[in-house]
Amino acid sequence: MTGEARINGKSVAVDVHPATRLSGFLRDGVGLKGTKVGCDVGDCGACSVLVDGEVACACLVAAGQVVGGEVVTIEGVAGTSVGRRLIRSFERHGAAQCGICTPGMMVAAAALLEASSAPSRRDVEDALGGVLCRCTGYRKIIDAVLEAAGDVGGTTLPRQEIEIGDAVGQAIARLDGAPKLEGAEVFGADAIPEGAALVRAIRCPHAAARFSLGDLEAYRRENPGIELILTAADVPGRNLYGVIPEFADQPVLADGFVRFPGEAIALVVGAPEIVRGLDLSRFPVNWEPVEAQTSPASALEASAPRLHESRPGNVLVEGYVERGDIAEGFEQAAHIVEGRFSTPFIEHAFIEPEAGYAVRLGERIEVRASTQAPHMDRVALASILGIDPEAARIIPTACGGGFGSKIDLTVEPFVALAAWHLDRPAAMILDRAESMRSSTKRHPSDITARIACDAAGKITAMEFEGIFDTGAYASWGPTVANRVPIHACGPYFTPNYRARSKAVHTNGPTSGAFRGFGVPQSAIAQESLYHDLADRLGQDQLDFRLANALSNNQPTVTGQLFDEGVGITACLEALEPAWREEVAAAQAFNQAADGSVRRGLGIGTCWYGCGNTSMANPSTMRMGLTPEGRIVLHQGAIDIGQGSTTVMVQIAADALGVRVGDLDLVGTDTDITPDAGKTSASRQTVVSGTAVALAAKAMRREILLRANAGDAAEIVVGAGGLAVRENGATRSLDLSGLEVNDRGYVLEAEETYDPPTTPLDATGQGDPYSVYGYGAQLAVVSVDTALGTVKLERIVAAHDVGRAINPLLVEGQIQGGVAQGIGLALMEEYIPGRTENLHDYLIPTVGDVPEIECLIVEVPDPLGPRGAKGLGEHVLIPTAPAILNAIKDASGARVYQTPATPARVRAAILKAEASRGTE
Amino acid sequence: MDGTRLSDGLSSFARPALLDEALALLSSGDWTILAGGTDYFPGLRDRARQGPVLDISNLQALRGICEDQTHWRIGALTTWSDIIKADMPPAFDALKLAAREVGSVQIQNRGTVAGNLCNASPAADGVPPLMILDPEIVLTSLAGERRVPLGDFILGNRSTALTADELVTEIRVPKSSSRGMSGFTKLGSRVYLVISIAMIAARLEITEDGTIADAAISVGACSVVARRLPGLENKLLGRAAHAETFDFIDTSDMADLSPIDDIRAPASYRLGAAVELTRRALIQCVPEGLEQ
Repeated sequence: MTGEARINGKSVAVDVHPATRLSGFLRDGVGLKGTKVGCDVGDCGACSVLVDGEVACACLVAAGQVVGGEVVTIEGVAGTSVGRRLIRSFERHGAAQCGICTPGMMVAAAALLEASSAPSRRDVEDALGGVLCRCTGYRKIIDAVLEAAGDVGGTTLPRQEIEIGDAVGQAIARLDGAPKLEGAEVFGADAIPEGAALVRAIRCPHAAARFSLGDLEAYRRENPGIELILTAADVPGRNLYGVIPEFADQPVLADGFVRFPGEAIALVVGAPEIVRGLDLSRFPVNWEPVEAQTSPASALEASAPRLHESRPGNVLVEGYVERGDIAEGFEQAAHIVEGRFSTPFIEHAFIEPEAGYAVRLGERIEVRASTQAPHMDRVALASILGIDPEAARIIPTACGGGFGSKIDLTVEPFVALAAWHLDRPAAMILDRAESMRSSTKRHPSDITARIACDAAGKITAMEFEGIFDTGAYASWGPTVANRVPIHACGPYFTPNYRARSKAVHTNGPTSGAFRGFGVPQSAIAQESLYHDLADRLGQDQLDFRLANALSNNQPTVTGQLFDEGVGITACLEALEPAWREEVAAAQAFNQAADGSVRRGLGIGTCWYGCGNTSMANPSTMRMGLTPEGRIVLHQGAIDIGQGSTTVMVQIAADALGVRVGDLDLVGTDTDITPDAGKTSASRQTVVSGTAVALAAKAMRREILLRANAGDAAEIVVGAGGLAVRENGATRSLDLSGLEVNDRGYVLEAEETYDPPTTPLDATGQGDPYSVYGYGAQLAVVSVDTALGTVKLERIVAAHDVGRAINPLLVEGQIQGGVAQGIGLALMEEYIPGRTENLHDYLIPTVGDVPEIECLIVEVPDPLGPRGAKGLGEHVLIPTAPAILNAIKDASGARVYQTPATPARVRAAILKAEASRGTE
Repeated sequence: MDGTRLSDGLSSFARPALLDEALALLSSGDWTILAGGTDYFPGLRDRARQGPVLDISNLQALRGICEDQTHWRIGALTTWSDIIKADMPPAFDALKLAAREVGSVQIQNRGTVAGNLCNASPAADGVPPLMILDPEIVLTSLAGERRVPLGDFILGNRSTALTADELVTEIRVPKSSSRGMSGFTKLGSRVYLVISIAMIAARLEITEDGTIADAAISVGACSVVARRLPGLENKLLGRAAHAETFDFIDTSDMADLSPIDDIRAPASYRLGAAVELTRRALIQCVPEGLEQ
């Protein structure tokens, strides 16, 4: 023991080694788990605390340095006057989504507000610049801090007084917000019980290698405290998994051969204080590196060795859609533009690294971890452990950002395997570098496309070839390959069309699901070429798109016809006032400009099919009525910050005819919540939202039947039990005579919804989705042509969501998606072995996201719940092409390779200048 | 001893309050020095704590900025936030601008100016704006102190003239080289928390009739160690101090630089950007009213 510190006003003994990171001491020594660990090197700010009144990253402070000093964490901030103001304001603005960065944001904001009562927007940005958020796009956080600064406090949030039946459409604060704002939310690493063993993985440093294990027993003896060393031989069931069962190809622990740098070959398990300090480079293994395929081009060569024996040519899946007569389409054309576009690996960069624990209870395994797909995890773990699926239970923790990557298994099989062999819980927390090495990525793309139009500007044909680097294992590669050809034409009527895609294995990181499944990449090609076509025609960008926008009763490229609900024209029209205004403003700016800065603007659009492509995609929701008259919703749709928990309750409350606060929520837990399917593909609002509405309506019928009441009767949930009001009279409902089922309910309703789709034929014709959502965005940029730097001035985003169940959450999705699109356009590039941290891999900070105006468009879908469509992925797709088009508009430079770094933009400007010079 | 010293068998940790104690410890062991922690902890990567740690952050005498007859004296523990708040002449504006660009507020509150020099990264934000002030670095050991010009202190990537028994205790800026106006330009791929692609600090002394009497220019992230551009500095002497004056600057003036290709930018881009950023940093040094 070295002394005492005052922590949140209390004297605390600093009884750890003084060089221990303060973040670790606060979490493990003091139990203050509101301080989050996202990187351990000062790159993310999630662990921000106040040290002697000044904000600091607790991961960069030694515990010994606060002896005699004062530390305030989120738990302390939450109790102050400034903290309470911030909590209320964050809640009102929807400034927390997944919540993992929220403690750091709140602490940084509190430091500002304690020092300054009237900060400017710039002051707020400077104060929050050190805390990364991957969900919100920062704008609502800035607004919340500015409002908290002006709020003298004392008032509480106005109680939501929403009429029965009127919850849908209300911008209510998220129902799961309070713990996120107070630092009480339990994420993967926060759930780990004391006494759990620690699991660490031995990972391959080579892209491809054979290996043999050395003397494991000797290593164990040399390192007392290691209790278990687990290898492929210790996997009791099938040492192979995959999110798509027919493509399962990934071993839990590699068996003699590794296919990507970072693949796990063994686990060491034991006391945390020992295992944490192990030098894993001394683990006894002999690597024999073999030739690695580092790009699809080399992997596709005839001589390239196969990564997987069953996949000749290293091709995982090819996708294909053909419609009309493409040769004729190009022959009719007056103008043809073409280009080759590429994007790199993109890292999800959720701020919460993967973490969780497992415990064996007899012949069952229970796992608590951060995941997007608990029921899929359950089935996969059961197979790996060789047990019945019912013997596996997944209780998801809060998910500190997923964006697709946490659909795949992460720590779950490792902790489950360790716990299966142990008599106590086994836990694993990836550090940032390990998370980046081992997690899935967005597919790098190499796209060649050609688009043609007639003299009037009507699209006549499009041809598209996309090669997608799917990395070492299948993951969601087949989904990307199948989805892209369906979407690559954008939301436009394209009479003659041919699109091919290939997912190709390389010895890179596994490419999986990432918000948009390949469509953000293909949209860059299509929207760039649309911009160039309109330029060629001398037409206004918006007019050109309006003239070609898909409308009701026009066939899509898969031949699907929608007689209502096609919303792209409405989105483009919503954008029009801002577009006209900004076109004029940019012209005026450029006429007056005498320096090197030029203003420009561009448009990007999207359409995106909600749910699985031509595959079953069910969601099941359950409601129960307790003998006491409480109505319980078993809600298994995972809320990764997007707000599905709140959306489900809003839909359910209206369908049942009660208030939002009348429902008790249960879940998520695979033992007690039915399978709502994974949180992906923008499907929860559409699919689970429909299921929950069906379940709620069924419950309403049951209740009214028992009450012998008519359809118009009102259900009244009160402290004294359930009552029904009809024709002015209220009757309480006697539930005492009803039998209680094994879940404790006297009435129960469970409903499943699976959206109608049809398979695609050999030319990709069919109805792959029951509904598409649509969007259009414009970006205004200033390009410093001398340096190639791009400053975003404004983004306007119009999205057709059919019906906004919760407009506040819709805006949060739009702004967060736009921020990820900004990263894709301007700064993000994952290079294996080189960018495995958050200072070489750059994601947007608070200073990189401009004002984002959200225009919510509602063109109802006939099948969606109350007309709603999906949104989560749509919002990311238009942003990058809009920015790239704006760069061209400003500077004349077409950037074909993302990210459009200053160096690439400058090179493109020089190239454009040179080609103008030769014309 | 006054302070904390502890050994747990893994490694020892000392937190002296007095400089002499720190120097005595340094003379008798192989210590890793910890001050603001913004380089120490990232340097651990995923390794466990290694070796003895000497925490100098409690040496209160080393924090703060003062002046004497001949020098501005920046204590080794002075943080970037201290720099931002300090009242110093305009020649230090470049250093203040750089301070605001160091990582984030969290880093600026803890990270020290001297630590930035000792870390000796090619992209260290603090080096160019100090280099235009011709400072001496004061290195202190039990044997006494020695003063080394900044240009001789940083020897290469992660390499300095500091010996194992020495501490950097002070940065001394001669008042004779802290005259005039200064400017700083940094180029990166995002706004906060960003490592430079290139950065320039410049300082100009301008006579009353508007001619350049003295010039200092330093470029960071375009060579292993930030470099002054003496050739260009000389060319500027005697010229009129206004924006057009700097139009002549081109890549031939950057011959002392040796930029590399890395993930942030290729060398050729860096060189071109250095030219443009140099012009802009120089324009910042021209007082209002003289720009045109």
